[in-house]
Amino acid sequence: MRLLAKKIVKRYEDHIVLRNINFDISAGEALAIIGSNGSGKTTLVKILANLIAPTRGTIAYQIDGKTVPREQIYQYIGLVGPYLQLYQELTARENLYFFARMRNLPDYKERVADLMETLGLKGREDDTVKAYSSGMQQRLKYAAALLHRPKVLLVDEPRSNLDEKGIETVYYLLREQKKQGILIVATNDTEDLQLVDQTLKVEQA
Amino acid sequence: MKQTYLILIKDLQQEFKTRYAINAILLFAVVTLSAVSFAIGTYTAGIQVLAALFWVILFFSSMSGLSHIFIREEETQTADTLKLVARPVHIFLGKFIFNLLLLVALEVVLVPLFIAAMNFKITSFAIFAMTLLIGNFGLAGGGTMVAAIISKASAKGALFTVLAFPILLPVLISGISATKKATEETALLSAQNELQALLAYSVIIITASILLFDYVWNE
Repeated sequence: MRLLAKKIVKRYEDHIVLRNINFDISAGEALAIIGSNGSGKTTLVKILANLIAPTRGTIAYQIDGKTVPREQIYQYIGLVGPYLQLYQELTARENLYFFARMRNLPDYKERVADLMETLGLKGREDDTVKAYSSGMQQRLKYAAALLHRPKVLLVDEPRSNLDEKGIETVYYLLREQKKQGILIVATNDTEDLQLVDQTLKVEQA
Repeated sequence: MKQTYLILIKDLQQEFKTRYAINAILLFAVVTLSAVSFAIGTYTAGIQVLAALFWVILFFSSMSGLSHIFIREEETQTADTLKLVARPVHIFLGKFIFNLLLLVALEVVLVPLFIAAMNFKITSFAIFAMTLLIGNFGLAGGGTMVAAIISKASAKGALFTVLAFPILLPVLISGISATKKATEETALLSAQNELQALLAYSVIIITASILLFDYVWNE
């Protein structure tokens, strides 16, 4: 897997959020997107996740040199971010089963059980998400994003709402992700930089 | 189609737990019907007026609940989560079928109440049933698409009815005319023109919605 961003520009009316962003990252590598508040980190993550389109430039996900069609990108990526929520009225298990079945995963029940145990949520599977604390919800978001073993994991603010144990668990999972695929984190926290080997600074245009 | 089915089941699970849309739609229908019934009193309304009243109640009741399916996804910030796991066409179809079921539930309550409260005499149940069946597809198709459009805007509730009204006007006009025929005629063919118009509109609006939904959902 390889991810190429070429001359990405994002403009909202007269305001240019991102100007000429370029990078090239392959499996086994990790990239941190850094920059001050409002610099466009989240916008870039959303563009990479195919949630919004860039004004100019291209994003290409390549497998064995072939570009993955836009409508299939979702099969290869996982995303964790404060703007992505799970279904509050459903239980954690119902949420994860829904996402797993949507992704057509075989043996998804075992995968869900494994992730719930790894993330310290075992025993709380049948609680509704709204009964979870913000830290538990953040862990559950990681479980949802990692269910299908994504080739590219995008994480916006990896430590958000997590306690020390949660951060330790999440760092372990992010290091494992880096071994198997591409890891991209958008962060302001210098401690997160230990996870990556490249940084991309975005500045307010 | 598996994704469509899963989205529908997920939405039904959420609805069973919150009962937001079904409560809104049924309460609106019952309150409006009661108000109309009291307003008319002992006055005997003509067939044309009763058919129009039935569709007005059906239209505005459905407006109070059909938009919820997309507004809920936007307000709870789950729209992007859904985008990451599903293709737009499956999202549209799942939500469309959910709204179709919501309309059926509304009619199961509204039709007997309306017949009883307004002394509405139907001579051809076949015409009436076909009108509701095909009309539901048009209402749900147009309503679901407009719900997706307005879900990203502020003042969603008012905007939904204002935008949906001109788009769904052909359903209202044909529905009223066919319902009138259901009280005057017995042969199904006597309402052929109205049913064909309803069917043509429903096919067009659902096809156009499927083709355009990708742009609405992702922009």
